[in-house]
Amino acid sequence: MGKVLVFVEQRNNVVKKASYEAVTAAKKFGEVEAVCTGANVEGLDALAGYGATKVTHLKSADFENYTPSGYAKAFADYAKDSGAEVVLFSNTAMGKDLAPRVAVKLNAGLAVDVVSFNGDGVEATAVRPVYAGKALVEVKVNSAVKVYTLRPNTFAAETDGSKGDVNVVEVSDVDLGSKVVEIKKSEGKLDVAEADVIVSGGRGLKGPEHFNLVEALADSLGAAVGASRAVVDAGWRPHSEQVGQTGKTVSPSLYVAVGISGAIQHLAGMRSSKYIVAINKDKDAPIFQVADYGIVADAFEILPELTNEIKKIKAE
Amino acid sequence: MKIVVCVSHVPDTATKINVGSDGKTIDQNGVTYVVNPYDEFAIEEALKTKEKSGGEVVIVSVGTDKNKDTIRKALAMGADSAVLLKDENYRDSFAVAKALAEEIKAQDARIIFFGKQSVDYDNSITGQMTAEMLGYNCVTVVVRLEIDGDKVTAEREIEGGKEVVETSLPVVITAQKGLNEPRYASLKGIMQAKKKKIEEKDAAAADNNLEIVKMFKPAPKAPGKIVGEDVSAVPELVRLLREEAKVI
Ligand SMILES: Cc1cc2nc3c(=O)[nH]c(=O)nc-3n(C[C@H](O)[C@H](O)[C@H](O)COP(=O)(O)OP(=O)(O)OC[C@H]3O[C@@H](n4cnc5c(N)ncnc54)[C@H](O)[C@@H]3O)c2cc1C
Ligand SMILES: Nc1ncnc2c1ncn2[C@@H]1O[C@H](COP(=O)(O)O)[C@@H](O)[C@H]1O
Repeated sequence: MGKVLVFVEQRNNVVKKASYEAVTAAKKFGEVEAVCTGANVEGLDALAGYGATKVTHLKSADFENYTPSGYAKAFADYAKDSGAEVVLFSNTAMGKDLAPRVAVKLNAGLAVDVVSFNGDGVEATAVRPVYAGKALVEVKVNSAVKVYTLRPNTFAAETDGSKGDVNVVEVSDVDLGSKVVEIKKSEGKLDVAEADVIVSGGRGLKGPEHFNLVEALADSLGAAVGASRAVVDAGWRPHSEQVGQTGKTVSPSLYVAVGISGAIQHLAGMRSSKYIVAINKDKDAPIFQVADYGIVADAFEILPELTNEIKKIKAE
Repeated sequence: MKIVVCVSHVPDTATKINVGSDGKTIDQNGVTYVVNPYDEFAIEEALKTKEKSGGEVVIVSVGTDKNKDTIRKALAMGADSAVLLKDENYRDSFAVAKALAEEIKAQDARIIFFGKQSVDYDNSITGQMTAEMLGYNCVTVVVRLEIDGDKVTAEREIEGGKEVVETSLPVVITAQKGLNEPRYASLKGIMQAKKKKIEEKDAAAADNNLEIVKMFKPAPKAPGKIVGEDVSAVPELVRLLREEAKVI
């Protein structure tokens, strides 16, 4: 069994859910060390419960915000010294940005967006979607050090609730060659890339003024609002909501597609959702081929009723 | 000053993907290739950068003679010249980045554009790897870019918003949809592209460290259930989501 390092991602000093998943998944490779770059990250002690035998906080005031150069250097330097054979990231905006830089620094092969591993230990092979999920490949990383990014919401996060010590390492020479100077939040909304439930609308909604129906259903479910490219291109919804090949790839527990035909490029972004519901008035729409549950009817009739039913249940 | 754009040659996103007889790559039958969609944003941004600050836009692609179709399209949009780094064999991203890094060094380019992702293997890593090999700065998934002298300010998309990143030249930028509206090639551009030279050389040697064991299609999903055809289906749908799927 080898040694595995997990890059633990934090935003605003809070550990991201995907990192708990990565720490849990890391156990199959051997002894797990969780390493987090940040300023004053909270709750790192809980990573022990997920399976980390050692938790390290690479600490610097310069790590308050993300710095691509700074995080990459500090983490790669630490990884080199630790002798880790496997390094895991989450396939998030930050993980995707960092993993290739760290891989080059470690002269390591990198497999991204992994959805499962075959076998245990450092010899395990990785399975990942390619061609927007139209095919999968099993890949083997042949370098001495192997780097993977794991698709969020795909590996289970499991804790026994225990807490451990946090090894704090002060980082002094932070490389600030590139640094985040400001974060512009999209107005208080849940992002499709992180949501566990998504309600997406397409051209079947007929106009931007009818998206209040989609938003109402999303609100009742605590869901994020998504969109097809057709409605993004038409300017009805912002690009940040676009799901699909040239939008975001999502794998929520529940994906509700309303008035979306299910073009191959849309399916590419959401077909790995655990449950898919389709509401479309055309029974031959391709979305029904991937839907677990479908209603063949006018969205304008179904949406208000569905929102009411969900509200009733949530109120119980 | 040279501005390099790295472009990849990929199957059209509407292509049906089947596994080839080697069990490791796709069946090439009936597959049409296009300029990687994200690379169009990269080309456009390079042309805009040239229009603002001068310079020369050079297209670089790693692959076979087939990549020339894609290179011609980039030239037709307005790029000045192109280099094809040839290799008949499959290269992983690490090896592609090695070849690109060598060429970028030779071109002495200080602004390099990539797409955020190739829509074949969906890696999203070649730009960062190339930047790291060169020791250049890199901002990924960029939707807004400002270059002022040596100073670079770029907005990148993240979950729930955008990050404003400050850095400096030399820089690698990976382009996301939204950065600009790629121009169409004009008829004149297409004619001129035919005359522009594509320099060909062997891609710098590099080893792959990723081996494809096999390629396969996802297991087909069991057919779903049509719950109903009018509002009366709603209570049943909610029940199924609650009791069967247990997602609400
Ligand atoms: C390079 C490339 C990349 C692409 N990337 C993406 C991507 O990332 N994401 C994406 O989504 N698309 C993408 N597309 C576009 C994709 O091919 C489709 O054009 C798009 O997904 C269609 O959007 P839609 O389903 O909303 O619209 P349509 O295909 O027009 O479908 C509308 C649906 O609404 C139904 N409908 C109409 N009225 C009602 C009603 N009253 N009630 C219920 N249903 C109704 C219709 O039956 C129809 O099925 C891409 C295309 C290309 C070429
Ligand atoms: N063979 C190649 N030749 C030139 N550029 C490439 C090649 N492969 C990938 N790229 C560039 O790297 C970007 C990201 O690709 P990838 O990391 O494969 O998703 C693409 O959008 C291109 O700009």
